[in-house]
Amino acid sequence: MANHSTATSHADFVQHHFVDAEQQFDSAKMGMWIFLVTEILFFGGLFATYTVFRVMHPDLFAEASKELDVLWGTVNTLVLIGSSLTVAMAIKSAQLNQTRNVAINLCITIVLAFIFLMIKYFNWMHHFSLGIYPGTAYSFTGIDNPHASIFFSLYYLMTGLHGIHVIVGIGIMTWLLVKTLKGEFNSEYYTPLEIGGLYWHLVDIIWIFLYPLFYLIH
Amino acid sequence: MNELSKLFLPPEGSTLAHQTDTLFWFVHISGLILTVGLIVVIVYFVIKYHRKSEDEVTPLITHNNTLEITWSVIPLIFVLIVFGWGYKVYMEQQTVPDDAYEVNVTAQQWAWGFDYDNGAHSMKELHVPAGRPVKLVMTSKDVIHSFYVPAFRLKQDVLPNRYTEIWFNAPKPGRYQIFCAEYCGTGHSQMLGTVVVQKPQKFQTWLAKNKGGAAASNLPPAKLGKQIYEQYACSTCHSTDGSKKTGPTWKGLFGSKVQLSNGKTVTADEDYIRESIEKPHAKIVKGFQPVMPSFQGQFSDDQINGIIAYIKTLK
Amino acid sequence: METAEKTSNLKKIQVQRYKPEEDPKDHYLNAMKGIWSWLTTLDHKRIGVLYLCSITFFFFVGGLMALMIRTELWTPTATFIQAHTYNELFTLHGSIMIFLFLVPSVPAALGNFILPVQLGAKDVAFPRLNLLSYYLYITGAAIVICAILSGGVDTGWTFYTPYSIQTSTAVTIMTFGVFVIGFSSILTGVNFITTIHKMRAPGMTWGKISLFSWSLYATSIMQILATPVLAITLALVAMERIMGVGIFDPSLGGDPVLYQHMFWFYSHPAVYIMIVPGFGVVSEVITTFSKKHIFGYWAIALSSLSIAFISFLVWGHHMFVSGQSAMASMVFSFLTFMVGIPTGIKMFNWAATLYKGSIKLESPLLYIFGFFFLFLVGGITGIVLSTVALDVHLHDTYYVVAHFHFVMVGGMVMAFLAGLHYWWPKITGKMYNEKLARFTCGLIFIGFNVTFLPQFVMGAQGMPRRYFNYIEQFQPFHQVSTVGAYMLGLGFFIVFVYLVKSIFTGEKAPANPWGSRGLEFQVPSPVPAHNFEHIPVIVHGPYDYHKPMDEFQLGIAGSGNGHGNTVDATLKTNGKEIKAE
Repeated sequence: MANHSTATSHADFVQHHFVDAEQQFDSAKMGMWIFLVTEILFFGGLFATYTVFRVMHPDLFAEASKELDVLWGTVNTLVLIGSSLTVAMAIKSAQLNQTRNVAINLCITIVLAFIFLMIKYFNWMHHFSLGIYPGTAYSFTGIDNPHASIFFSLYYLMTGLHGIHVIVGIGIMTWLLVKTLKGEFNSEYYTPLEIGGLYWHLVDIIWIFLYPLFYLIH
Repeated sequence: MNELSKLFLPPEGSTLAHQTDTLFWFVHISGLILTVGLIVVIVYFVIKYHRKSEDEVTPLITHNNTLEITWSVIPLIFVLIVFGWGYKVYMEQQTVPDDAYEVNVTAQQWAWGFDYDNGAHSMKELHVPAGRPVKLVMTSKDVIHSFYVPAFRLKQDVLPNRYTEIWFNAPKPGRYQIFCAEYCGTGHSQMLGTVVVQKPQKFQTWLAKNKGGAAASNLPPAKLGKQIYEQYACSTCHSTDGSKKTGPTWKGLFGSKVQLSNGKTVTADEDYIRESIEKPHAKIVKGFQPVMPSFQGQFSDDQINGIIAYIKTLK
Repeated sequence: METAEKTSNLKKIQVQRYKPEEDPKDHYLNAMKGIWSWLTTLDHKRIGVLYLCSITFFFFVGGLMALMIRTELWTPTATFIQAHTYNELFTLHGSIMIFLFLVPSVPAALGNFILPVQLGAKDVAFPRLNLLSYYLYITGAAIVICAILSGGVDTGWTFYTPYSIQTSTAVTIMTFGVFVIGFSSILTGVNFITTIHKMRAPGMTWGKISLFSWSLYATSIMQILATPVLAITLALVAMERIMGVGIFDPSLGGDPVLYQHMFWFYSHPAVYIMIVPGFGVVSEVITTFSKKHIFGYWAIALSSLSIAFISFLVWGHHMFVSGQSAMASMVFSFLTFMVGIPTGIKMFNWAATLYKGSIKLESPLLYIFGFFFLFLVGGITGIVLSTVALDVHLHDTYYVVAHFHFVMVGGMVMAFLAGLHYWWPKITGKMYNEKLARFTCGLIFIGFNVTFLPQFVMGAQGMPRRYFNYIEQFQPFHQVSTVGAYMLGLGFFIVFVYLVKSIFTGEKAPANPWGSRGLEFQVPSPVPAHNFEHIPVIVHGPYDYHKPMDEFQLGIAGSGNGHGNTVDATLKTNGKEIKAE
């Protein structure tokens, strides 16, 4: 994997301040892992808020959760897990110098991400049509509890923030696809794929926590 | 130590103030000894080991585990002592005696209101009997405030939609300053009050006289209005001498033409004053912020008439 | 040039001495010309300088606000402004000083510049991310300025709910600005941690990195763990203002104390983020100016890490009277006492370093002594405040204001000025006016004490903070404090003047004006564009004053201009042990 420079200059893809490709690759991975820790703390604040309100209103949460469609939530979960699989496969293909497969796997990842967003969009539209809005715009009468809106506010905030991360992820995957089509990745160098993949896996894992907390609490 | 307290701390107005002060001085004097000690050592080193020539060689001293442990353990013991002692005093501050006399406190932007067990009500001045435990049950009408009496060494945040408690026993009659100690907006520093500690007899008299709210309504209207002006803390935001405070001055107000923030001009008549008391945000005077709390439901017609009459006297 | 053979576990490498050039013709300042080369630079040193200029600007903006506050407080009632303006001034003073000055100051301005050089690297791990960090800082700062121009904010820098939800001032814009600046801070943390782990020169084991590097490591850990929580908390405040989501405002079903928990979960580590880099500077300056090995290297290094860890457990000491349970208060109090112990350990170790040293009282060291006294007072008063029984009386009074100014200004700003003076020759290639520096250090020290000592007394007597008006008995204290503030302001201004002047008319600085053994002083002043023209090899720690200077200037033999090397060996720069003797 790493490039041992025994001759005079670095390979093209090794940046000037690094001694060799291995140092660059290790640094990139470490940097991305640390960034992912910050993302966990970022979402962590929301998970903590969720916990506080669920402990305060356990019955409300159970009842409100019924308004969410478990079927589509489950489909979305599978869609995202599938997209993580295709990202991993893209990296594997890069390691095997199969540029075409890298591109195909990235394409499928992007398509799956779009499917996820579309399903979320339709979910949200459905809720809006019932008057389930975040905050003071909430006008749904189907739950007999003055605090009902907090469950849905948290739902919109957390799936919304997650959705923003999915959109950013689509951007990253697209950029990686462009670079793949330009032939920039091979078994010697696929660092951006590796760290892009790490980011995508985090986005997947966050959903895997969101899903049961919102959809599966009866 | 009492001399030090007189110089640096407020008067000891409650039974727990002295204990708190003793702990205060223990930590400070120990800290002072450590500070002076460390500074003396450093100054001594700086003088004694002043560089004599650029070729000087210093000995290689990398560490000393014994010293390291010593100056970790001794401070640790010190803080544990302070913690333990502080715990004792804190528990006394927190544990409300069973026979405490209860008063309800309501904080709002920007005044303190007090309600007593016989239905009496006062604003700004908290009357309490001397020599007996008093418990305050507090809540806020709007944002977070904090009830602070320096002389009692006591403070407790006052929250909206919740009740918090504090207790004290003030042995000596007297007047003690109340501050709001949690920033709450424009009038935060004006949200003052006084704890009026009275001998039990005097307190009972006061209580009986104030039963049923503000002063008896056999006062002439203008005098009633003046009393309300002071007791309900209108004075916090409205002057009577023409000076600009958080709210418009009452001097010369009645009958004048008032310019509003929406460009319209209205006359400050009886209706205007009544509306300003009950729906203060309906008309905002130009150059002022919409920050006045509503007093809807708090005043009887007689009382509102009294306020209007008082304002009429302020030419 | 001497050639020596050093034995390693793996193989022998030939090293030679690389003496730093005096008065170099080419360096990082003239490597590329023009403003565009500065705005698009990837050079950590230039980015450090950009930060330095920006934070200096905001320091003076925040300082001007401080002077306006203190001037208003000359009289017990309105002096020249109204309550609303006053409330906005203290909010902005706090927010600007904390987010736009203190948090970036040593890490982003000095750390960016010095860290890679001290590690023997050519740059940080992610130079482009570094530039992005700077632009995020500038963007966030611009958004904060927009908030000021949109009518300002009057909540205090703490943005307590529900007031911050209900007030009509520009809270939403302001929180967005702070949110963006937070990401600048987070990315700097990511960069530094990776750099310290992955970019050390051959021979630089963890036991040989500078204590300044250790302090930046501990700071970066706090930055990455704490700042995201602030970001989400402020984002929730903005969401509540815009959509009314009801998390913090009780009238919407929320809990205002939850806000305090989330806010302080970041903001307590934040104060350690602000001071720990200053601790790093202290270690560097004390050893250099006493020409002596640091006493207790591992004690100091590990105490930084333990402070980083414990700092996450003490946030509730800001909330003793908030309505949290007595049990919670006791636990937080206990843990707060604990976090004072590693800090105390540092102070004792630094004092012990002076023992049998060869002490020269030059300006960087004078600033450090200023730090010593002022931080000690600040720290002891922190112990006072940790005692719940006492905090009940002192919370939200001027005692707290004095405490945090003692540690932040008396501690951190003094340490920052020490570092600035210490590394000024490396950054600019010039020496400043030493006499003026010593005088101004004294002026700042005295001015600071005149400003803030009276505040301890006022606070103990019950003077609350954030008060536009005050009762008459406190006027003498306020007036003394205001006089001090002007002295302090004058002092800072003089520092600015003589430092800037030195850039134009200062004496040219030698590579190593202080005789330090630090790696950054083994390269020319100003630092070359790529830091090192060779691959440095480290055989000693940076405090080994008993070793001759040339043993700190070793590099791979023949590694000439830094790109690749002509030695037949694989270089791993993750610090494999090279047996020195």
